[in-house]
Amino acid sequence: MTNQFKNEVNAPSAVTTDSMASASGATRRDFLSAAGALVVSVASGSLPMQALAQSAGATASAANAGASMGTTLATISALKPALKADELDSWVAIQADGSVVAYYGKVDLGQSLDVAIAQIVAEELDVSYGKVKIVMGNTATSLNQGGASSALGIQGGAKPLRNAAAEARRILLNLASEKLNVPVAQLSINDGEVSVKTNPAQKITYAELIGGKFFNSKVEWNKQIGNPLDVKGLAKPKSPAEYKVVGQSLPRNDVAWKVFGTGGNIADVKVPGMLHARVIRTPVAGGLAEKVDESSIKHIKGAKVVREKNFLAVVAPREWDAVQAARALKVTWSASPKPFPEFDKLHEHIKQAPTKKRSEDIKNGDVNAALNSGLKVVEAEYLWPFQSHASMGPASAVADVKADKITIWTGSQKPHYARDGVAALLNVPVDTVEAIWVQGPGSYGRNDAGDAVLDAAMISKMVGQPVRVQGMRHDGTAWDPKAPASVHRARAAIDANGKVVAYDFTTRAFSRATIDSNESDPRDSLVGMELGLPPKGGITFGTPEESYAFDNKMLAWEVIPDLIASASPMRTSHMRDPVGLQIQFASEQFIDELAYATGEDPIAFRIKYAKAPRDIAALKAAAEKSGWQPRGNAKRDFSGNVLTGRGIAYAQRAGTIVAVVAEIEVNRKTGRIWGRKFTVAHDCGLIVNPQGLRYTIEGGLVQALSRTLYEEVQFTPDQVKSVDWNSYPILDIKDTPEVIDIVLINRPEAPPTGAGEATCRVLPAAVANAFFDATGVRMRQAPLNPARVKAILAKA
Amino acid sequence: MALTPFFVDGKSVQIDSDPQMPLLYALRDDLKMNNPKFGCGLAQCGACTVHLDGQAVRSCVLPVSAVKGKKVTTLAGLGTPEKPHPIQVAFLEEQVPQCGHCINGWAMTSAAFLKKNPKATDAEIKTALEGLKCRCGTHVSILRAIKRAQTLMA
Repeated sequence: MTNQFKNEVNAPSAVTTDSMASASGATRRDFLSAAGALVVSVASGSLPMQALAQSAGATASAANAGASMGTTLATISALKPALKADELDSWVAIQADGSVVAYYGKVDLGQSLDVAIAQIVAEELDVSYGKVKIVMGNTATSLNQGGASSALGIQGGAKPLRNAAAEARRILLNLASEKLNVPVAQLSINDGEVSVKTNPAQKITYAELIGGKFFNSKVEWNKQIGNPLDVKGLAKPKSPAEYKVVGQSLPRNDVAWKVFGTGGNIADVKVPGMLHARVIRTPVAGGLAEKVDESSIKHIKGAKVVREKNFLAVVAPREWDAVQAARALKVTWSASPKPFPEFDKLHEHIKQAPTKKRSEDIKNGDVNAALNSGLKVVEAEYLWPFQSHASMGPASAVADVKADKITIWTGSQKPHYARDGVAALLNVPVDTVEAIWVQGPGSYGRNDAGDAVLDAAMISKMVGQPVRVQGMRHDGTAWDPKAPASVHRARAAIDANGKVVAYDFTTRAFSRATIDSNESDPRDSLVGMELGLPPKGGITFGTPEESYAFDNKMLAWEVIPDLIASASPMRTSHMRDPVGLQIQFASEQFIDELAYATGEDPIAFRIKYAKAPRDIAALKAAAEKSGWQPRGNAKRDFSGNVLTGRGIAYAQRAGTIVAVVAEIEVNRKTGRIWGRKFTVAHDCGLIVNPQGLRYTIEGGLVQALSRTLYEEVQFTPDQVKSVDWNSYPILDIKDTPEVIDIVLINRPEAPPTGAGEATCRVLPAAVANAFFDATGVRMRQAPLNPARVKAILAKA
Repeated sequence: MALTPFFVDGKSVQIDSDPQMPLLYALRDDLKMNNPKFGCGLAQCGACTVHLDGQAVRSCVLPVSAVKGKKVTTLAGLGTPEKPHPIQVAFLEEQVPQCGHCINGWAMTSAAFLKKNPKATDAEIKTALEGLKCRCGTHVSILRAIKRAQTLMA
């Protein structure tokens, strides 16, 4: 426990006004004061440059070396170069005390990404893990690496930091060589101390070499921003065989302050003189505020109406007064155009609606010819509902819009894009806006945080004071961007030998993101649309990710028009493993149906058709760990009140492979499904932090179980009816699985890929397949809630 | 407006407010505490849970006037890094919270429950925690931590 408390020094300080203010500027001030008044030459390049560039660890030829890549003691700088991707100092810094700061342009949301990044930096720099501090999410100190996005935190996000740390180590060796007058090849490093191999007493520390100053050295930038941003230096990062810190289960830094209530998240940010705001959005879909009776809140002290076009809010100095004002304000809303279908006609609507775009992502052979050739055809249709992020707390944000400088505090997992969105909304240069990210009340994609921060900026500008916006529960559930509802149609032809010779899987759905997955364009925000900006729109979906080889194979998607073009509470955007749950719920259930149709064991069937060796390995690992036994032809007994069954599903996701065996109980009387035991075989290449990985997998699995069993946005033709936890139920503690067995398949030879989302997409079909195994009935519509289970079993 | 004197984490405080204002707003807005949290304002999730004279209550629906003269304990008053409550030790060791926004509900509810029912069975623990929400899916860790806390308290 001592270690865990010690780790808290790395945690964000309590987010009160003062510490927040200093959090944004502390690093720079510290560096400046540490540097003192002495300004060392900032001239770059000097005679030893080429020789140094060719020293140990250098991979590029000297001709490729940028002029300043040969940093010498004379060229290090007391002033930090501007924050640019091609500056090594933008990525790593050695502090006066020898500790290391690494600047991460993504953020961690409670799944220990910052720990993993620190491990990687410590590894490359040859310092102990405890010396590395990760600074993340502040646009003044970190570059735009895309924020939290698509489980790329390590897969993409660690790359430039790994390269930069390796480059810093190379330069530090060169500096030590220069200082000690000993060739680099004769030096070794131990925890930030460089010594002469043959004479260990002759040594110098990183702190003595450059502590508090800057490398003033360039790295090669690939000219990308966001997720693909990468840099490299002359140094070659270590090979996995050398890893000592990477691969260790180190604990998280953000647990203690949460458990002791000593720190705060975005909801706790307070700025002097700020007003509390509540945004008021139409209670009926497509409604416009025709009349606002400002006198209806005049009895509330300091409460004011803020309004521009269809953007409406109230502000008050005290939070409770803002809440009261939002409730009391009399607004006459225009009638709803009733843009939504009846709730139980949603999937009929999806099937009937015109196709905006069709995409055939995989097209091998001639599927239709094979399906029409008189062979046995199996077909099925699967339905997925709209789902809400319904984050644990509704989003909040603080904005301080001043004439020459705008500061925003946001829980958006993409703070750089939030900065861009605020700058565009308020029509100011991007570099006048600083976004400070603070962990939010859960963030698994584009939830309501992106809208909250733009709302706060708009209101702060209108009232000329700092403003804190927080939603009420209904704002978080009814107004967040949704995960799209979908219909999936699958068909397959099976020849006389039981071989699947044609496979057609087509999704029809609302776009996966009718607003972009980030808020950099105000046209993708509620406030932007309420101010009259034309919606940008997005038309795309996705297809299953697997390695099944069928002679004729088609994977396609079709997107239908949005229900309302502008400011829709049913607009869609990315939610943890965007469209992965929908698609694989259908495709991996259909694969199961084919296994049964051909009389084969579901795991054997998958192994027979899956072609990627790592996919097969994951399937076998899940089968072995779960003790999977083929059922054979024995007849199953489906009588009794509590039925048990097990199911398998597997998928790839951007390089990661996951197979899940679900073992469930189905209570025929109550309709309740209990996911009792799950066995997960997980292959995401090289494992950086096994324990952090396990927690990430567990959380993702349970969240996906909640979406599989319970989650469904309710609506009528004119209103979203899911407004709280009663109308949008999620998994309860009583539904907690008894066992989650995780098999981590470590592949040091393969680059690390994502772990935050891959398990989520496999879980729904594993449960649905287990339901079939338990009951003999296919459940092709999610969620598998008690009412639906009872209804389908009653019909069977 | 009315003055309401009460105690928070052992300190005497006084709030001047609408007596119907929920305690949560007094704690968060007037007293500038970082916890408990606003989750729903409807007593449906537990993120605002505090102890009122030892009982776990949802501060988002409890009028501040109802705590007059009473003792309110928040997560920060349950224990400290120097003198942690067994629940906090267990939640730390099991690395329970991910986003952490729900943690008041689980920690405060289970602390109050275990005090009265130190030997509760798994089923009794689940019943005591029914209705609390966690959106990150840390349920398995939560139950592991509560079992661990039981051992620490034994």
